[in-house]
Amino acid sequence: MLAYYFQLGLRSLRRNPALTALMVMAIGFGVAASMITYSVFRAVSGNPIPGKSAQLFTPQIDSWGPQQNLKGEPAEALGYIDAMALMRAHEAKRQTLLYPVQLSVMPGGNRDLPLNANGYAVTADFFTMFEVPFRYGSGWGAQDDDTRASDVVISSELNQKLFAGANSVGRALNLGGHDYRVVGVASHWNPRPRFYDLFTTSGFADEPDIYMVFNRALDLQMRTGGRNSCRGSLAYTTWQGYLQSNCVWITPWVELDSPAEVASYRSFLTHYAADQRLAGRFDWAANVRLRDVMQWLDYEHVVPPESRISLAVALGFFLICLVNTIGLLLAKFMRRAGEIGVRRALGATRGEIYTQYLVEAATVGLAGGVLGLLLTATGVSGVGILFQPEIAKLAQLDFSLVGLTFVVAIVATVLAAFYPAWRAAHVQPAWQLKSS
Amino acid sequence: MNIQIRPILTALRRHKAGTLLIALQIALTLAIVCNALFIIHQRLTNLSVTSGVDEANVFVIANMWGDVGQSTAQVDAQVRADLLALRQLPAALDATPASGYPLRGGGWDNFVTMTPDQTKPTTDAAVYTGDEHFIGTLGLRLVAGRNFHPDEVMVMGTQQAITPSTAIVSKALADRLFPDGNALGKSFYAMGTTPSTIVGIVDPLHRQGVDQWSNGYAGQALIWPLRADDSRGIYYIVRAKPGQLADAMREAPKALYAQSRLRIIDPKDGIQDYATIRHKVYDRDRGLAILMGIISVVLLAITAAGIVGLTSFWVGQRRKQIGVRRALGARQRDILAYFLTENFLISATGVVLGAVLAIAFNLWTVTRFEMDRMSMAYVGAGVLVLLLLGQGATFAPALRASRVSPVEATRSV
Repeated sequence: MLAYYFQLGLRSLRRNPALTALMVMAIGFGVAASMITYSVFRAVSGNPIPGKSAQLFTPQIDSWGPQQNLKGEPAEALGYIDAMALMRAHEAKRQTLLYPVQLSVMPGGNRDLPLNANGYAVTADFFTMFEVPFRYGSGWGAQDDDTRASDVVISSELNQKLFAGANSVGRALNLGGHDYRVVGVASHWNPRPRFYDLFTTSGFADEPDIYMVFNRALDLQMRTGGRNSCRGSLAYTTWQGYLQSNCVWITPWVELDSPAEVASYRSFLTHYAADQRLAGRFDWAANVRLRDVMQWLDYEHVVPPESRISLAVALGFFLICLVNTIGLLLAKFMRRAGEIGVRRALGATRGEIYTQYLVEAATVGLAGGVLGLLLTATGVSGVGILFQPEIAKLAQLDFSLVGLTFVVAIVATVLAAFYPAWRAAHVQPAWQLKSS
Repeated sequence: MNIQIRPILTALRRHKAGTLLIALQIALTLAIVCNALFIIHQRLTNLSVTSGVDEANVFVIANMWGDVGQSTAQVDAQVRADLLALRQLPAALDATPASGYPLRGGGWDNFVTMTPDQTKPTTDAAVYTGDEHFIGTLGLRLVAGRNFHPDEVMVMGTQQAITPSTAIVSKALADRLFPDGNALGKSFYAMGTTPSTIVGIVDPLHRQGVDQWSNGYAGQALIWPLRADDSRGIYYIVRAKPGQLADAMREAPKALYAQSRLRIIDPKDGIQDYATIRHKVYDRDRGLAILMGIISVVLLAITAAGIVGLTSFWVGQRRKQIGVRRALGARQRDILAYFLTENFLISATGVVLGAVLAIAFNLWTVTRFEMDRMSMAYVGAGVLVLLLLGQGATFAPALRASRVSPVEATRSV
């Protein structure tokens, strides 16, 4: 019976090609606009480390005070003094400090020009905490942090450039005039948004090339290759002077497995800040935060407002397309009131009429879905002109998006058809028969 | 022409659903289109902001050093040699060292205070560094005072925070700090213990960033006479002779590599002209404007088509009634006026509701995304557009209705 209704639907749609085209286009455009903007929104608002996002926390300590902090919120990173204090206290199961470094691979072999290598100075726990996958070797151990070793982990991409993709563990590498030893080659790893460094990046930077030992970077007096934020008067003229300044540039992360551990770490932070006050370093009450990954993404406004606005406007657009479709379906169904009257008089039940018209609407939805899919595919590939390149390339037409496009198109059209079909089913046979 | 509203209202009561749907569609369309137009206008305004730079002839080289362990003196010697080479290029007019450039998309900015111990900053300024060639290279317009003297230019190493005793500021910053005028010769503090005296004023000079937070500090910038000899890298800004931008961009890296090969100039985006810089920094604004434009156009088209569809249906339904009216003496234009008035009544209800929705949506974006309040002019324009759209969309079906022959009245009743 449904197949027969489907055929009836097709025939009826062919009868008013203009009206049908209009409905299909409305559904198609509406679905496509929503899906394109949704694919971008989905990419930027996702959980970058689903398994562990609730166990990873970034501590913040207000070292600027109420006069100079961020409207009551502590700075988004730590200065050297507080960062090292957290590391020494070792109150969490795992902890890391990190900051971006800009390095260059010196010429060698058949390369006569240096090569850019950007990455992070991190501690040993970085790799285990963030579950960095390895192609070859592994991260370094805690003792290498203490011995301030010249160990580096490099990306597969850099490994390809320098060692033609071979296992380079143990090989030497000259970075910016200093010798390093490769201990690991990371597999492709670039969580988006880059939750662990939102102080410098907006969350969608290219994959880092290199990870080096935090203490080694300090020894080499490497200034951050990322953001640096300071307050008051600055007058440092040496590396030591810079370290003692109020500038913040280091992002700390801790791993805490249970609510009890979280509570205890929070109280540790508060006590630390209170002690700094007693010691005369801070002139204000303890002001600390401990946000997990998702809270941190939210606080840092990782989802660009443009993405939210686009999605909101696109959904509004889709809603209008549906209202439009309700109106057109109503017109289309009611124009056939006479035919419905005859069918009812010949014994068709209201339910049958109802089903028939819903199937016809679903046919429109299906056609709208096909058009919507074509437009979405075009849109996703051309999304580069609508969003920034680093965000645009995250939008992908994958299987789930294709499925969603169809489901949304059909479900929305059938929902839109409920009222018109109900009206069609309630046509009074007697009235229709009388006047024809 | 005497249009009677009461019969129209009575008829509409028999088409509650259709009437409601058209009104709703018009309301929602108005809400979306008003806000979309507002966003488009705002973003396009951003796109057309002047930077103060002679954008047609200026390009920027991002130069990273291969050996990051060089001393400040070594870096400075290399920078001086590089600049000499760049200034001697046949296609180049001038060149300057820099730590950033207008429209870079963010960079160095400092709080500015009037006294050294003031905790609450007076304002914020983008910080540019360069030598006595900075103003000339960028092509900035000096509206008061003088350029830097060569002997004023100081060297700043990687680990140093140095405050020069002189500065050139943008007019916007000068006016903010000294609203009475006469900023020349006055001094300010920009996160240093020593004051900087204003020796020159340029107008305009855009900030490095275009982020929303900096809108309150638009055009506020200061230039310090510094060669920032960072051991990691430096920007060279070059101004080509008029019409020779492409030549200069080709010559420049060759000249630099001839000086030393221990440097990295990214082959992809190490050298950018201002067209590229501007294009990149306004990516978001342009993209959102385009998207809103597409949505608005398609939306208006779909709404118009929807009105045509429903009105045509009504005309088809009422052929007999129209025939009766015509037979009873109604002229063609009475029928035309009937449908146009009917649409006007529905549209008017829609736009009233739509205006409320438009303002509500705007207020939501204001609280949610810190966007600006929409001017009522947009709502006014939107109302006008939709009323005209409604009339335009009704016209064709209404015209067809007016041509219904009085004979229809006698058929099949």
